[in-house]
Formats: sequence, C-alpha cells, structure tokens
Amino acid sequence: MLEVTNLHASVAGRGILRGIDLSVKAGEVHAIMGPNGSGKSTLAAVLAGREEYEVTAGSVTYDGRDLLEMEPEERAREGVFLAFQYPVEIPGVNNAYLLKAALNEVRKHRGEPELDAMDFMALVKERMQVLHIDQDLLKRPVNEGFSGGEKKRNEIFQMAVLEPQLAIMDETDSGLDIDALRTVSAGVNAMRSPERATLVVTHYQRLLNYIVPDVVHVLSNGRIVKSGGKDLALELEEKGYGWIEGVAEQVGA
Amino acid sequence: MATSTDNIEQLANQDYKYGFVTDVDAEAVPPGLNEGIIRIISAKKGEPEWLLEWRLKAFRFWQTMTAPQWHNVHFPPVDFQDIIYYSAPKQKPKLESLDDLDPEIKATFDKLGVPIEEQKVMAGVAVDAVFDSVSVATTFKDKLAELGIVFCSFSEAVRDHPELVRKYLGSVVPASDNFYAALNSAVFSDGSFAYIPKGVKCPMELSTYFRINAAQTGQFERTLLVADEGATVSYLEGCTAPMRDENQLHAAVVELVALDDATIKYSTVQNWYPGDKNGKGGIYNFVTKRGKASTNAKITWTQVETGSAITWKYPSCILQGDNSVGEFYSVAVTNNYQQADTGTKMLHLGKNTRSTIISKGISAGKGQNTYRGLVRIGKNAKGARNFSQCDSLLIGDKCGAHTFPYLEVRNTSSQVEHEASTSKIGEDQIFYCRQRGLSTEDAVNMIVNGFCKEVFRELPMEFAVEAQKLLGVSLEGSVG
Ligand SMILES: Nc1ncnc2c1ncn2[C@@H]1O[C@H](COP(=O)(O)OP(=O)(O)O)[C@@H](O)[C@H]1O
Ligand SMILES: [Mg+2]
Repeated sequence: MLEVTNLHASVAGRGILRGIDLSVKAGEVHAIMGPNGSGKSTLAAVLAGREEYEVTAGSVTYDGRDLLEMEPEERAREGVFLAFQYPVEIPGVNNAYLLKAALNEVRKHRGEPELDAMDFMALVKERMQVLHIDQDLLKRPVNEGFSGGEKKRNEIFQMAVLEPQLAIMDETDSGLDIDALRTVSAGVNAMRSPERATLVVTHYQRLLNYIVPDVVHVLSNGRIVKSGGKDLALELEEKGYGWIEGVAEQVGA
Repeated sequence: MATSTDNIEQLANQDYKYGFVTDVDAEAVPPGLNEGIIRIISAKKGEPEWLLEWRLKAFRFWQTMTAPQWHNVHFPPVDFQDIIYYSAPKQKPKLESLDDLDPEIKATFDKLGVPIEEQKVMAGVAVDAVFDSVSVATTFKDKLAELGIVFCSFSEAVRDHPELVRKYLGSVVPASDNFYAALNSAVFSDGSFAYIPKGVKCPMELSTYFRINAAQTGQFERTLLVADEGATVSYLEGCTAPMRDENQLHAAVVELVALDDATIKYSTVQNWYPGDKNGKGGIYNFVTKRGKASTNAKITWTQVETGSAITWKYPSCILQGDNSVGEFYSVAVTNNYQQADTGTKMLHLGKNTRSTIISKGISAGKGQNTYRGLVRIGKNAKGARNFSQCDSLLIGDKCGAHTFPYLEVRNTSSQVEHEASTSKIGEDQIFYCRQRGLSTEDAVNMIVNGFCKEVFRELPMEFAVEAQKLLGVSLEGSVG
C-alpha cells in the first residue's frame, strides 16, 4: 500500500530525513520508534504533505500512485489520516462541524452521498461510545481548552469516524494515562482490517503492548537503522536508545 | 481582472449616456454645490418649506467645516465641487438578460445563492411578469399598514407623514454633527423611513422588500426609524450582492429612535465595490449611524462590513433613558487595499444603562482594519455597565489591525470591562483542516466564520447564512 524509497527531506534548509525505505502492506501495523529529534514527526508530516518539509530525493507511492504529487487534502480524501502529535486548536469552530465537513469531503471524493446531520450524529454517537468520549466534546471548539489527553482522544475519534485506509499516529500515546491508553488502543484495534494499514509512531514500547505491531522500525538521525518483529520494541526498551546509537554508527559507516 | 472592470465601466458609461438623453431633469443640475443647487433638489422633490430651510441650514454649517483627518485611513482629498448632487431617479444600466451581466458578478450572485429573479432586479435586468416585485412589495405594505406600521421611502414619508419626519429628523444626528452628516443633511437624495406605533411588534423583518428597493438608493441616503413606546422592529439594511456604482463617495445618515420600552435591531451587510486587487477604484463609505434609547429601550447594531475601498462608520447608541441597553456587533473585513476605520460609541447617560461591544476585525492582503470605540459613562449613569471585546484576525503578514478603545468614566459606581486579542490564521490550522480533507479555501472560511460566530449569531438566520458566504467570497485568494 505504501512504498517509501530512499526518502530525503529537509526543513528550513536542514536535512532531516536521510534515506528512508519503508514498505507497508495492507493489513499491517508498523511501529516507528526512535529517540526525540530522530525525524519521526518529520516522516509523518512528509507523508501527510506538509509544505514546509521539502522532499529532496526519493519517492513515495501510495496504492501505486505518486503520493508526493498529491495535495494534502487529496491525500486525506484518498484515505491517508494523520493523528497529530500536537493537535491544533481552532477557536470558534465546532468540533462536530469540522468532522462533518471532513467526512463529507471524503464521501464526496468516493462518490458517496453526503451525510445529513441526523445520519452523521448517529454515526458519531456510536463511535463515541466505543472510545468513551464525552458527548459535550462534540460541541466544543476544535481542541480549544482540551486537556492533552482529550486532544489525543479526539484525534482517534476523528480517525474512527473517517475510517482511513492508511492511519499514521504520531505519538498518540504520550500524555495518556493507562485507562485512556487502553480505550484508544481498543479503538485502533477495532479498526484493524485486511484493507487497512497503520503506522504507529511512538517513543515508548508501552503502547505496543496494546497495539501489537507486525513490524517495528527504529529511526535514528533520519534513517531506519533497524527493523524487526514486535520483540525489537522490547529489546529497545531494555537496552535503551543508546544501544541504537551504536547500531546507527555502524550503519552510517 | 482589469478587463472585466473596464467592461463594467464601459457598460455603465454607455447606459449613463442614454439616461442623460432621455432625462431632461438630470441634465438640469450641473456638478458642484451651492444654495441654488439645494433649492433645486428640494423643489424637484416637492418638499415643504421647513425641509428646505433645514437643508440650507445644514449647508451653511457644512461650509464652515473641514473634512475630518483623525481617522486611520488614507485617500486623496475629495473634490466636493466635482460631484453631481442631483440626478433624477437613478437609471441603472438596463440589460436585456442575465447573460449580459458581467460574469464575475454573476458568479458572485451564484455563490451567494441569490435567487435568479432577485438577481435580475439587482442587476437591472428588465423584469418580466413572472416576478412582480411591485406586487410583492404591495402585499407586504398592506399587511404592515393593518398594524399602523409605516414603511416607505424617505420622500414618500415627507409627503405622507410630514409631522413624523419633522418631529424626528435630526433628533439623533443633528445636521451639525459632523462634516459628512452635515453634507448629507444638505443634499440627501432619498432613503427609507419606518414608524412602528405604540406596542406593535413588527411581524416581519423589514428586509425582502427593502432589499429589492435598496438597489436603487443613491449616494446620500437618509434613513429614519422610529419605534414608538413598547414597539419592536428588526430592520435589515443592505444587500449581500456586490453593488458596483460610479459614485465614489457615499455619505449616508441613519437615525434610530427607540422610545420607552421599544426595541430596535438594525442589521447591515455592506458589500459595496471595494476596488480592484491593486486598490484602484472602490467606494468611500462615510456613514453616520446613531440611535437614541429612552427608558428601558434597547438598540442593537449588527454589521458585517466586507465592501468599500474605505469604510468610516461608528454606529452608536445614546443610552438616555434609565435601564436602556445598547449593543454593537461588528465584523469588518479588509482585503487587498481596503481600509476600514469602524467601531461604535456608547454614551451612557441614564441609570443602570448597559452596553455590549463585540468587534471582529479581519485583515487580509494589504488591508488595514481599525477599531475605534468610545465608551462614555456620564455623571448620572449610576450602575452603568459596559463590556467590550475587540478581536483581530490577520491573514498573511502585509495587513494590519489597530485598536483604539477610548474610555471616559465619570461615575464610580459603573463597571467597565475591555478585552482585546489579535491572532493570525496559522499555517498549522490550515494544514490541520486540509489533512482532514478540506480545501484551503474551505479551511480559511471555516476558521474565519468560527472567529465571527458571536456576531453572526446576532444576525437573522437567513442573513447570517449569506454573510458567511459573503465572507468567503471577500477573502477569496487571500491565502496560498
Ligand atoms: N519546522 C521545523 N523547523 C525547523 N526544524 C525542525 C522543524 N521540524 C522539525 N525540525 C527538526 O528536525 C528534527 C527532527 O524532528 P522531529 O521529526 O520532530 O523528530 P521526532 O518526532 O522524532 O522527535 C529535529 O532536530 C527538529 O528540531
Ligand atoms: Mg515527534
């Protein structure tokens, strides 16, 4: 579904991603781990199409199409969803309003009829129950005054409503207590299917106890320095990122 | 862009010529302003002697005044002797069908969802029998007349209800109030008049009818609205479609009189031609709007200002009676080279008077947006309260927002609160929306509308929807 080849990207003239290769098939969950500043969010942003990140080399295909040629909104409508590490506040804009507009964009793109307010509310309520999200969250302005945990949950809630084909979760676990982690994970696991793929970006192994990945990649200094099964996460947890720095030096050499 | 503007001008000029050939009256008045011209205007309108005297007095006063310089807008001086102060009921360019309409205007009409038949009226297309605007208007008028409500053009009011006009004209905005008000008082062409009798609640928004009529109003418009004791009225001014007009200067006066226990809600959507993307052309909109509230009365001004090259207006409330309430809700947008200097004055005279000011300024392109507001609490205004909130939203980094809140408090038992904020539409907000599938344009619209929500909430439903769309149209191309 997603083929990333030799991807280089820079921001503000500084090279951040320095040759990423990644292949994600439908039905798979990949975890991307790595120390702070290693380029995890940059990778997520490049995949989502954020303009200040300039791709200097390499390619990305999504469902056989050149992803990098597509506008961010087109990627979204084609089923690429990014759960932001830092969800953005939009004062005055009702959370439900944004979500309904988003859902209808996706539906329009797929040639499906737009949902009216009634059908939308029915869908939304069902998804809220699964994620234990309070009803009044819908009426509040997007992310404004949300606690850290609420923001993260709201991202996953949006994901559950939009049902993306490729979900990228950027540190969704940080700032969540254990109960929230469980409900969020349950929400993500409920969406796992042979047609969908998920990229879970995380700093800690903890999340991967709940969302069990098929493949774990370790990112360091803009490169994937090691890939393996779910046990790699445990090994990393045990040995710390220092271990990886050593591996990185070998790879870099 | 430039070409289509030229086309319009050509079109307008052409038909203007035709108008002159057929209209002898219009030819009779040369440009310039003197007592003779004012006498001609008054005579042509068949006005009573007292009104002529009123105009002349205003004119003499105006001659002693100079145009105000304190505002934060910049434009070359207006040559007042180069303006034609009277031309017979304005001939709009007559088009054969909507196909002849400038495609740009047509596109805007469509975006705003203006019904086809109404588009025809506003564009000056000869209207066929399908849509009989006259009969629609008459139906409204009959219904209103049953309740004793008077709603007509200012000229008709002078003719049919001279006692009401004479009693209230200039009672809120005296002819000597300011330079442009004095000019208006001397030369006003026409406008609207409404009177709601004691205890009557006007059963409809005074809107649809007016909207159709409004397309014909002139350069120096005069509006007078009187709500007698306990009466209630909601008045919608303006037109959400783009109005192109050769007149550069518009100097209107609006007076509201809310007697004891009356309520007046006055909503405006102003979308005059703002000039082109390079700041060429556009209307100078210099308006004086003020209301006077007696005991327990309430006046609410709501305005959405998206048009004009320059906007200079301060809808104000004189809170004279005890417990009277004044409200001002405003959205002002400046894009490209537009300039706006707008705000309000809340003058608290009576006891326990209350006022609320919510101002939302949006600047994009090279637009300059100024909020200027005065809250004055008089000596006798015991227990008066004011709450002001002025928010500015910037789109891009070549525009500006300025806030000048003036406060004069002469009473220690009063309570005044002021909040202000300036924010920028962030790339990250837009990206967030795009990542959810919205186009940049839709994202900006959504964010801007969210910003204006507290004001739009005050507009009558149907108007609010149009205002939202209009905002989108005004800000088109301001991002990306
Ligand atoms: N917008 C930006 N401007 C400048 N530097 C940036 C920007 N975004 C990321 N960086 C830099 O790129 C590097 C990788 O950041 P990031 O992708 O956020 O790492 P991670 O998500 O793995 O913590 C860091 O050194 C960070 O400072
Ligand atoms: Mg990160």
